[in-house]
Amino acid sequence: MKQLTEIQTKALKDLICRIADDELILGHRNSEWTALVPILEEDIAFSSMAQDKIGHSLALYQLLNKLGEPDPDAIAFTRKEKDFKCCHLVEYPIGDYDFSLMRHFLFDKSEAIRFDLLSRSSFEDLANIAKKFRGELKYHTMHADTWLVQLGNATEESKARMQSALNQCFPLALGIFEPGEYDEVLSSENIFPGEKVLQGMWLDSIKIILDSANLSIPDIDTSDRSYGGRKGYHTEYLKPLLDEMTEVYSIDPNAEW
Amino acid sequence: MISEKEIWDALYDVKDPEIPKISVVDMGIITGVKVSEKDFVNISMTPTFAGCPAVNVMRSDIEKRISLMPVSGVNVDVNYDVQWNSNMITEKGRELLKDSLFALPPVHNGFVSIEMLTNIECPLCHSKNTKLQTPFGPTQCRAIHYCNNCFQAFEQFKPV
Ligand SMILES: [Zn+2]
Repeated sequence: MKQLTEIQTKALKDLICRIADDELILGHRNSEWTALVPILEEDIAFSSMAQDKIGHSLALYQLLNKLGEPDPDAIAFTRKEKDFKCCHLVEYPIGDYDFSLMRHFLFDKSEAIRFDLLSRSSFEDLANIAKKFRGELKYHTMHADTWLVQLGNATEESKARMQSALNQCFPLALGIFEPGEYDEVLSSENIFPGEKVLQGMWLDSIKIILDSANLSIPDIDTSDRSYGGRKGYHTEYLKPLLDEMTEVYSIDPNAEW
Repeated sequence: MISEKEIWDALYDVKDPEIPKISVVDMGIITGVKVSEKDFVNISMTPTFAGCPAVNVMRSDIEKRISLMPVSGVNVDVNYDVQWNSNMITEKGRELLKDSLFALPPVHNGFVSIEMLTNIECPLCHSKNTKLQTPFGPTQCRAIHYCNNCFQAFEQFKPV
């Protein structure tokens, strides 16, 4: 690993932690659909994508470990709520299927572009992981795109439900791109071009699908932006989820599995 | 001193627990073998999918197998320095997948599209009159298709 300056290390850790926490929390949320989804194929799809997400978070926590943080289990299961850097979008309960599907679409689009950008990162370890993950993400975005277009063009009810899910998710999704303290360092060091660049690319990319789904994107200038998650200020939904996730681990942190 | 070739040969004995016919070498997940002067073995391995639950099983199976050899120790490092893709399955691996009645992932140039998952040849009757049911199968690396000719569902190893 190339020698990093103190500020580079801090910036990298912050970036990796955001991504990993998003993946861990959304992975857990999506796994809550197991055995509940309206049709069997979707049940398997959500479970499988959840497994990918949790796998991604593990690889990213391992990278944090390499940068001097505790081991992956300790990072995932012993931190306090305020130390988590996930965005609000991933914290919300699964809600109805339309909400979860829209969240999956908006989030995974951002993730696919993020990993594509990171695959060219000057920080090689992160670039290598990103190259791997973006291939897996392709299946997630294919899945989301297909459903969005199908449901947007099916019945009056399905269209109305997807539009209302979009209206609810959009301000939350803007929280993915909450500016960070280290955005400048990350971009000047060619580690990551920054959340602002990502948001622009994301808007272009979701527009293509939302247009074919006949859904209208809320006006970004008048939308609230659900910021705070990246700085440790979370919705009321995160704490109970963390308690549930850590329940088993806390009984005996040294247990061998 | 033990040679790297001997280590590679021994790794053929370690199978993928999800498809027990295929070795970790034929799956293409072993990305490096180094033997140090003191016969210490370092092996690099990369997962087919990041969340693959079989990785830890394979890692410990590799350690067990190599420990049976005249080596001073073995370390298996799971990393993404080389990223796995389905083109890395060897010719022999592809043959064995076929034997296990999986449809094969088309060889690609690094870019996977949805078209690669349509009209996949049925491993049972070889018809191409088939339909993708879902790209998410019983494990992360498999998709499910349905054959309109012999009316059977079948699994495909996904192109990634
Ligand atoms: Zn057939």
